[in-house]
Amino acid sequence: MSPDAAPLLELVDLARHFPVRSPFGRRVGWLRAVDGVSLQVRPGETLGLVGESGCGKSTLGKTVMGIYTPSAGEIRFAGREIGRLPARARRAVAKNLQYVYQDPGASLDPRWKIRPLLHEPLLIHSTLTRAERDREVAAILAAVGLPDAHLDLYPHELSGGQQRRVGLARILTLRPRLVILDEPTSGLDVSVQASVLKLFRSLQETFALTYVFISHDLSVVRAMCASIAVMYLGKIVEYGPTTRVFEAPRHPYTQSLLAAVPRIGGRRVTEDFALEGEPPNPRDIPSGCRFRTRCPLVQARCAEEEPALRPVDGRAVACHFA
Amino acid sequence: MAELLAVRGLRVDFATDRGPAQVLDGINLDIAAGEVVGLVGESGCGKTTLARAILGILPEGAARIRGGEVRFRGIDLLTQDPATVNDHVRGRAITFIPQDPFSSFSPLFPVGTQIMDLMKWKSPRAREQARPASLFGRYPRARRRADREAVLETLRAVQIPEPARALGRLPHEFSGGQRQRLMIAMALLPEPHLIIADEPTTALDVTIQAQILRLLRALVKERGVSVLFTTHDLGTAHELCDRVVVMYAGQEMEAAPTDAFFGRPAHPYTRKLLASVPGPDGEIRDIPGEVPSLVTPPAGCRFHPRCDHATAECRVERPAPRMLAEGHGVRCHHPVDAPAGADA
Repeated sequence: MSPDAAPLLELVDLARHFPVRSPFGRRVGWLRAVDGVSLQVRPGETLGLVGESGCGKSTLGKTVMGIYTPSAGEIRFAGREIGRLPARARRAVAKNLQYVYQDPGASLDPRWKIRPLLHEPLLIHSTLTRAERDREVAAILAAVGLPDAHLDLYPHELSGGQQRRVGLARILTLRPRLVILDEPTSGLDVSVQASVLKLFRSLQETFALTYVFISHDLSVVRAMCASIAVMYLGKIVEYGPTTRVFEAPRHPYTQSLLAAVPRIGGRRVTEDFALEGEPPNPRDIPSGCRFRTRCPLVQARCAEEEPALRPVDGRAVACHFA
Repeated sequence: MAELLAVRGLRVDFATDRGPAQVLDGINLDIAAGEVVGLVGESGCGKTTLARAILGILPEGAARIRGGEVRFRGIDLLTQDPATVNDHVRGRAITFIPQDPFSSFSPLFPVGTQIMDLMKWKSPRAREQARPASLFGRYPRARRRADREAVLETLRAVQIPEPARALGRLPHEFSGGQRQRLMIAMALLPEPHLIIADEPTTALDVTIQAQILRLLRALVKERGVSVLFTTHDLGTAHELCDRVVVMYAGQEMEAAPTDAFFGRPAHPYTRKLLASVPGPDGEIRDIPGEVPSLVTPPAGCRFHPRCDHATAECRVERPAPRMLAEGHGVRCHHPVDAPAGADA
């Protein structure tokens, strides 16, 4: 994880806009879900992507995966532009990238036993023989902590936690290099969340994985990620090493986001939390700085001029007054 | 403080394909007047079932109450005449804030209609009426006017902008946070003694959650209403509650004032649960093992298969409640006496 290593994933001014249509199908505007995002993820690193619902973090993940095509900008994977490849070439890259949904166990076909479920990705993406595939599947299954005997069971015969492990095994059989985890622990109890996070960490070591960790839970991101990007309405407002951002957030949005998290043993946030209002509609983004409608430090300049991401105190911040 | 609600030895079974699941196994719970009590525990531990049992809205047919009592202001609700409970307690003296503000309104009617429908039956002024309201009965004009005033005043209290116009809007015109504010308003309008809030902020973003928690705490403290707040998020419990009760697999394990609960937890389960919250040090600790099946639960203390302190005694007999300090009770044969985190 040397800081000078070439980035595995690099986004340059990436944008994804969705057309907004009237009931008659005429385009009446654009929803700028991701609007000019630049990021770098180095091999073996975990990048946290945080923000409130609707800020574009999942759209960003899905655009990198190729589920959406980018509207503008570049996606460079291992130095190569992959955002606009023809379908066949894109498929060859696909096995290096994997996307983990909220509950990977829920994506198992209930009619298939675990063995064919785990063989299927290898059949599609590799030319291994049956015996080689068997060896590979056994190794992965051991890595996610499940016994061999489970290969001949159906998904419903496993507990929820075991299904989740099978879902992860299925993602790992292709030995991806980059895994995008989209809200992998939301809705879980703290104790279950702790075991899931432990599993992610051990898999990262075993398979030399690089993670993009999308979450709205700041304490989880703090525990898992080396660097963090905070998104608000499709733009990154603060981006830098996790320790710096958490210890001294510089963007007013990051500050309010951190102040809003209830902390055990600390001051009650309900006593001094200041942020008012809710995020504006992404179809109708405010002029200038997008956060200005809720910002406690807002000035006249914020409405006129959009702040660029600029380096401040070891991280990048998009605020005129950081 | 005066006792408002006391649950004693409550047992509830649910019928399943594999036999009855013992979802609540002899639960005790106390709520004093004006107190905000947090009920925490992992999913499936019986929090929601307990909340529903108090409200008397357990699913008919599937759930069976096998024993115990739910004493509300000195009267056992389980043995009361159901019609009396419906007219005077449920929705009036005890109200409910649901988890999901998205599915709790009908999408077809303006919120004003839905709130006034509630008020026709459950408004505090309906108590003075000679005959209870009926479906085709009149909604007396004077009371309707007074109720509408109360509605507008409460909407202002929960910070809904332009309350009079808001009443004419459909639910989809409100954001999630605003709908939850409307739900809080509806829970306050009957002027209840107790509000049961079932994970009211899990569907919301953190900044909205902080706003809603602050609003809820201010309103209930100002009006002296008690709250039973179920959550699986220990941080929000710390934020909002005066006292916290922790449940595991249908048994209550520990109840303590908030500071003692987080600072000096005595039950091994409480300690492990608190340790599994990700801390700033980046250390992650889980609780080995899985939650037991409620159809074939372990005998004695249900936490014993996962407990480091378990002895033969724990496998046979469920520990009796033991008071460690004022208001701090624990049900464990081997309570730990150390500050939080000392053994992690």
